[in-house]
Amino acid sequence: MLKTFKLGGVHPAENKLSAGKAIQILALPKSVFIPITQHLGAPAQILVNKGDKVKAGQKIAQAGGFVSANIHSSVSGTVKKIDLSPDASGYPKQGIFIDVEGDEWDESIDTGNDLIEAFDPDSKAIIDKINAAGVVGMGGATFPTHVKLVPPQGMKADTLIINGVECEPYLTSDHRLMLEKGREIIVGIRLLMCALKVEKAYIGIENNKPDAIEHLRRLTSSDASIQVIPLKVKYPQGGEKQLIKAITGREVPSGALPVAVGAVVSNVGTAFAVYEAVQKNKPLVQRVVSVTGKSVKNPSNFLVRIGTPVQNLIEAAGGLPEDTGKVISGGPMMGKAIASMDIPVTKGTSGVLFIPEREAKRKQIQTCIRCGRCLEVCPMGLEPYYLMTVSEKQVWDKAEEQHIMDCMECGSCAFTCPANRPLLDYIRLGKGKVGKIIRERKKQ
Amino acid sequence: MTMSVTIVYTVITLSAIGTFSAVILYFVAQKFKVYEDPRIDDVEKALPGANCGGCGHAGCRAFAEACVKATNLSDLFCPVGGNDTMSGVADILGLQAVQKAPRVAVVRCNGTCEFRPKINFFDGVSSCAAEAGLYSGDTGCQYGCLGHGDCVVACDFDAIHMNPLTGLPEVVDDQCVACGACVVACPKNLIELRRKAPKDRKIYVACRNEDKGAVAKKSCEVACIGCSKCFKVCPYEAITMGNNLAFIDSDKCRLCRKCVEVCPTNSIIELNFPPRKVKTDLPPVTAREAEAPVLPEREATSEADQTKNTEIS
Repeated sequence: MLKTFKLGGVHPAENKLSAGKAIQILALPKSVFIPITQHLGAPAQILVNKGDKVKAGQKIAQAGGFVSANIHSSVSGTVKKIDLSPDASGYPKQGIFIDVEGDEWDESIDTGNDLIEAFDPDSKAIIDKINAAGVVGMGGATFPTHVKLVPPQGMKADTLIINGVECEPYLTSDHRLMLEKGREIIVGIRLLMCALKVEKAYIGIENNKPDAIEHLRRLTSSDASIQVIPLKVKYPQGGEKQLIKAITGREVPSGALPVAVGAVVSNVGTAFAVYEAVQKNKPLVQRVVSVTGKSVKNPSNFLVRIGTPVQNLIEAAGGLPEDTGKVISGGPMMGKAIASMDIPVTKGTSGVLFIPEREAKRKQIQTCIRCGRCLEVCPMGLEPYYLMTVSEKQVWDKAEEQHIMDCMECGSCAFTCPANRPLLDYIRLGKGKVGKIIRERKKQ
Repeated sequence: MTMSVTIVYTVITLSAIGTFSAVILYFVAQKFKVYEDPRIDDVEKALPGANCGGCGHAGCRAFAEACVKATNLSDLFCPVGGNDTMSGVADILGLQAVQKAPRVAVVRCNGTCEFRPKINFFDGVSSCAAEAGLYSGDTGCQYGCLGHGDCVVACDFDAIHMNPLTGLPEVVDDQCVACGACVVACPKNLIELRRKAPKDRKIYVACRNEDKGAVAKKSCEVACIGCSKCFKVCPYEAITMGNNLAFIDSDKCRLCRKCVEVCPTNSIIELNFPPRKVKTDLPPVTAREAEAPVLPEREATSEADQTKNTEIS
């Protein structure tokens, strides 16, 4: 009997079209746009000026606080301008435009592919290196990794959980990374364990990736402290709280951090970025992105420099399908539809998904038939139909009472609703409003 | 015999219980008596009873309580009832009412489908607030009207409607009480309460686009590009520039219409004016303006003069 989380969950069609495609290195773009907010927390402070020559891996923006991350140039070239450009949501964000000239890396960076296993087991030095390299959570939430590795006062982590679940349909970037960079990921996990001073690490992988489970099991066979756990295929298993529940059986209390139950969760992509940061001195300037969709000619996994326009990705995957109705950054469940193809790949872009017109349109909204399916599938044990109604009627105090802030916007409720109710749209709106109310209350 | 005795006993017992309870209730009522100023009821009666919240209080009763508590009425104003209601309230309380110019809601976006083409399509729930939270909107302008009508839903007075042809909301001036519900409801801050001028005449910059001129113009033909031409031509210093955007202060504007003539993008709108004496090249700005009643020329001039005089005095 495979492990999984207890409450709720759905199983959308997996559609892992690009699972068999090896990671290809995407050709360098002509120019890149590197936004200064690619992470949760304060925006980074720009260090370069227009006309400056930069090398790949050079720091171009300094973290704007503790919960923030450094930003490095992903290419070598000249800073064209520092200006606003729309991000995935269409709202303009500050960033740095760089014209690409050649591919010259900063001297301190080891660009070779040799595996370096030995490291200095000094927790502080590892965290400092991770911080300097601007590593953030690569699963999509982009929370700065160095912050996670320093638990708040009085809390102690005892378990590291590595998220290789990739429960989002279509996406395969983590899957490919585990197959092709398994050794590096294992070193990255050891580094994270050393930084956190924990003795035990688990790698959670859903059972639809047997090759990855097999591969990592073989690599960790000699090391009892790292254990690979196959998990039942269920969405949203990759959610932090769900994964902790599935693997350790512990439940993270409402509003608390995972470290409150002694667990720290990191993505396999993050483990790989940590390996590169510490062992190769290589900052986070590229990531694996799945470019996929039912009509895409060659669904692929690309190793992409941060700042590359989405347009380049789809051109490399066989061109924009004619019947495209929606382009999504991320997976189909939690990803966001993008307003323009010119937006750049950022640290959190795990995939770009092209949905055909026939599947892109929402169905007609009907009245709630009180079937209760949304309650059954909610992995946080909330009442989505109720939260939607109170958000629609703007009864924010009731929404807060019913723990609207615990919603992680996985979309299981909207996915399962037979009446096509826009549950998540309103809950997200309510979360925004209630969050604002709570922040204002705290200020007073 | 027994029957009538039973009835008598019953009546006596119930009467005794009733009397006893009444005595208890009387003392309880005395003990827990809450004094309420009778003027609160009077003031509440004088208010419109719309409970719209436009005054900033939770309904008319709360506003009445605030009025009775207040030592002067300078911060308290019922936008629905206006000056008449407030002088009535002042009479009840023996205070001095502060006269305020009546206001009306104005939608500061003229980005119709024709001027501001859609570059993508929003498929989510029909709510401006929800769409604004997700992304910048389905046109190139991130500041413009989203067209789902959150303002229409918010209005308790049936004073704002979506025009299906333009996709923009339109205010019915006679119905609008300037309660400000739509101002709060609009996530793009497009609705402004402006001073009501005679004959509902209005001149305003129908744009909130803060992008640089070229960017704004690219996304919307009638966007304000921040060229400052209106700022320079205004004889009354009613126009201020900021964030690549012109703003006409309705308290200072004397409706001379000079700014409308110089605006290169037709982003300044004039409403409810008689036709101009000299025909200009400018096309009618909105459909509503074209429908505005055509007044005889002479009368119009005198009206305009009167307007000017009253505003100066």
